[in-house]
Amino acid sequence: MRYLPLSNTDRGDMLARIGVNSIDDLFADIPENVRLEGLLDLPKRASEMQVERKLSAMAEKNTSAGSVPFFVGAGAYKHHVPATVDHLIQRSEFLTSYTPYQPEITQGTLQYLFEFQTQVARLTAMDVANASMYDGSTGTGEAVLMAHRVTKRNKAVLSGGLHPQYREVVEGLSNMSGDRVVSLPADPMGTEDILSQIDDETSCVVVQSPSFYGQLIDLKPIAEKAHQHRALLIAVFTEVVSLGLIEPPGTQGADIVVGEGQSIGNGLNFGGPYVGLFATRQKYVRQMPGRLCGETVDAEGKRGFVLTLSTREQHIRRDKATSNICTNSGLCCLAFTIHMALLGQAGLTKLARINHGNAVRLRKLLSAVPGVEVLNAAYFNEFTLSLPKVAEDVVEQLAERGVLAGLPVSRLEPENKDLANLLVVASTEVNTDEDRAAFAAALKEVLA
Amino acid sequence: MSMNTQGRPTAPGEAGESFRPKTFTGNRALDMEEPLLFEFGSLETTGVDLDEEDGIEFELGAFERKADIGLAGLAEPEAMRHYVRLSRNNYAIDSGLYPLGSCTMKHNPRLNEKMARLPGFSDIHPLQPVSSVPGALELIDELAHWLMVSTGTHAVAMSPKAGAHGELCGMMAIKAAHTAAGRDPKIVLVPESAHGTNPATAALLGFKVVSIDAKEDGTVDLATLKNTIAEHADNIAGIMLTNPNTCGLFERDVKEIADLIHDAGGFFYCDGANFNAIVGKARPGDLGVDAMHINLHKTFSTPHGGGGPGSGPVVLSDRLAPYAPLPFIRKSDASLELVETNAATSDDEQPFGRMTAFHGQMGMYVRALSYMMSHGSDGLKQASEDAVLNANYIRVGLQDLMSLPFGVRPCMHEVLFDDSFLKDSGVTTLDFAKAMIDEGYHPMTMYFPLVVHGAMLIEPTESESRASLDLFVATMRDLVMSAQRGETERFSGAPYLAPRRRLDETGAARKPVLKWTEPEPAQVTPEAAE
Repeated sequence: MRYLPLSNTDRGDMLARIGVNSIDDLFADIPENVRLEGLLDLPKRASEMQVERKLSAMAEKNTSAGSVPFFVGAGAYKHHVPATVDHLIQRSEFLTSYTPYQPEITQGTLQYLFEFQTQVARLTAMDVANASMYDGSTGTGEAVLMAHRVTKRNKAVLSGGLHPQYREVVEGLSNMSGDRVVSLPADPMGTEDILSQIDDETSCVVVQSPSFYGQLIDLKPIAEKAHQHRALLIAVFTEVVSLGLIEPPGTQGADIVVGEGQSIGNGLNFGGPYVGLFATRQKYVRQMPGRLCGETVDAEGKRGFVLTLSTREQHIRRDKATSNICTNSGLCCLAFTIHMALLGQAGLTKLARINHGNAVRLRKLLSAVPGVEVLNAAYFNEFTLSLPKVAEDVVEQLAERGVLAGLPVSRLEPENKDLANLLVVASTEVNTDEDRAAFAAALKEVLA
Repeated sequence: MSMNTQGRPTAPGEAGESFRPKTFTGNRALDMEEPLLFEFGSLETTGVDLDEEDGIEFELGAFERKADIGLAGLAEPEAMRHYVRLSRNNYAIDSGLYPLGSCTMKHNPRLNEKMARLPGFSDIHPLQPVSSVPGALELIDELAHWLMVSTGTHAVAMSPKAGAHGELCGMMAIKAAHTAAGRDPKIVLVPESAHGTNPATAALLGFKVVSIDAKEDGTVDLATLKNTIAEHADNIAGIMLTNPNTCGLFERDVKEIADLIHDAGGFFYCDGANFNAIVGKARPGDLGVDAMHINLHKTFSTPHGGGGPGSGPVVLSDRLAPYAPLPFIRKSDASLELVETNAATSDDEQPFGRMTAFHGQMGMYVRALSYMMSHGSDGLKQASEDAVLNANYIRVGLQDLMSLPFGVRPCMHEVLFDDSFLKDSGVTTLDFAKAMIDEGYHPMTMYFPLVVHGAMLIEPTESESRASLDLFVATMRDLVMSAQRGETERFSGAPYLAPRRRLDETGAARKPVLKWTEPEPAQVTPEAAE
């Protein structure tokens, strides 16, 4: 087998050196009646070519985003990633290293984590960011738990503009740990009255902007009301490129900021692996989940970096830890760091403007289609359409015409019939004028 | 014009070998000092050319960003050099033996990377019409099949994002099963040798963790277990057990443990971190396990990536299967159906909720399946056998000099030593580990498991050749003898030759500096200004 260096001669010699007769003598602790004789009921080894053939055949059955006019967003976005990024993250020294437990020989990882934390803190205008979470949704769950620790309360209020699957992650975790959740009804236009839900029992308010429906939300009054009641504002975003153009949550009073970082450096990958961004105020840093990288010096006084404040973490605190998290999203976080370093604020700002400009163009084309109404007045690169027909059917018909047109809200919210005609569409820098024209023309045809 | 026919000197010259120049740059040839990107990048620079924006209209309301972001950019050659230089400060499996016990640092085949990058896997959106991604469902289903067959189970929750997330998923399924049965037991038993994630997970869900002592040989003591169960009768939610355990030993009484827990109304959660020892040799389903996460990044070679992304699918017993979280794939004779919402579930499907947005770590699924298909049933078994063989070869090579806490006996895929062989040498486990760095090795896992004093947990994996093991054993023997001879300097200040000497972790935690800030401009005195 090509991955196994030992020859049969080696194996025989080594068994002799160990002083046993057969390999099974080393497995003697496994009770005989559960020891497997023979092989698992699976195919035998395969060559590279055979594996490539089988997996390629599966891959080819899928319609890749880059092969069609593509407008699906809703928490994951099709962006162009520079070739440099994927080359660098495949450097063996990054790809095949592990958690930097030995800082003397993992300064490469530690330094990019420090760069990543700095980038995230600046993008969100927060004091500190951690070295990443699994993704935006699990990060949101962790943020709610953190707010409960900080406020010593256990009621979370979730905006109706929060991604439905993020909401489900928070609800699931809270149900299990006995915490309370108030989830407001779906709010496509950003008109809900969330302020009246905040009271002295509220631990945190979770608000997404741009919302799941694309609407930009004014966080300032929510932060103000939350703080009056000593509750925290958790600001969520799923499209990090938006921070190149819109007011960051940090200057709007957010106490914890959680976001999905996939858009920068990372592909769609059918939903994972992604990279969760997590930032907070300095005063809450010791209640933060996840790994943190900090600056220090070595025995010769040279600057270096280490994982720090680990007394919050499970391997030290065990059942008293702030979270059970062990890994972060290392390589995705490296991809983010490199792509962001390449962009810089000049590139990010421009990228964000192009995204917004493309969305505005799309909005104009689509709102001109008879029967289509655009629900959002202020948005970044994503907005919601109200269609005269069931959105799920429309999307299927558009797919037949070669356009992947967006997310019918009903796919995630099947029980709310009021949402059946809503379609969330996104336009990024990858869309051309032809893509948009094809979408508008096909939509017109399907709705006619 | 005359030619210079002197040539250049080709002999090494006479410079004394002890002379090491203090360089102007601080660099030592290939060993380079590299600043933070913010210290040499600029706010105007970008390494990405984007199409010109013409005539953009804004529909942002009053939400436009006013202040600078303050993020420096790098041109492409600058970025390339910066990150290549950083990479060279990292130890990695591709550059040497990485015997980090419990982490299974095995070879990461590049075929896996190539497969994961096929556009049909890497460039598909989790929420594009399901009808446009039949191959994605097929891949997930196929991997699920390989995982279930190799564990002897009939259900698997694919979506957890890492091992600890898988633990959370498994324990949530257990809690849901108790709730469905009208029970609310509070106690989760966790052996002392467990990973920290086990008690952290249980506590997160509101369980009370009760620790179980190990017996002399490092395995769970059945008598203690019985007593503890009796003490908390009717209140046992389950046990979280790692098998093979973190001492590198297979829990011989695992079936009895499972029976005791089941008789007490509890479930058996198995931490699958050490599955690499037994793939193809024993199936957790046959051992009475109700839930076990599989670290695809350990056992099935998806890269560790500097600390993630991981992937932690959880196989489930028939009793827990109905509670598997959303989403899942429902298989019928003719088709695969993606179930994403409660509305789409049937009566016998009662998902406890959702672990994450979307469908889990697809990129890792592709890599893991590529690995498993490459090995096949015969290769998977051989890999486990070689992993165990390699660990025992190291054990036998070192057991006369280093100390085995549980006596001389075969281990599984990792071998555990304690620090009693360093007694009175003035060298600690930490010093010893740091001296390994100077020898070009990544140290083993140390001070874990907690049940052993000064623990050193060595896991070579099946990826090492015999020559590599021989050199490692010889190096370790040299280090042990050096410590026992009292050559403490080799250890106390180690590493001497790494990109950094030992780092001040206490200082880092006391006054945390967690991001870069612009240095204060130097104070200019009036005289200097003139």
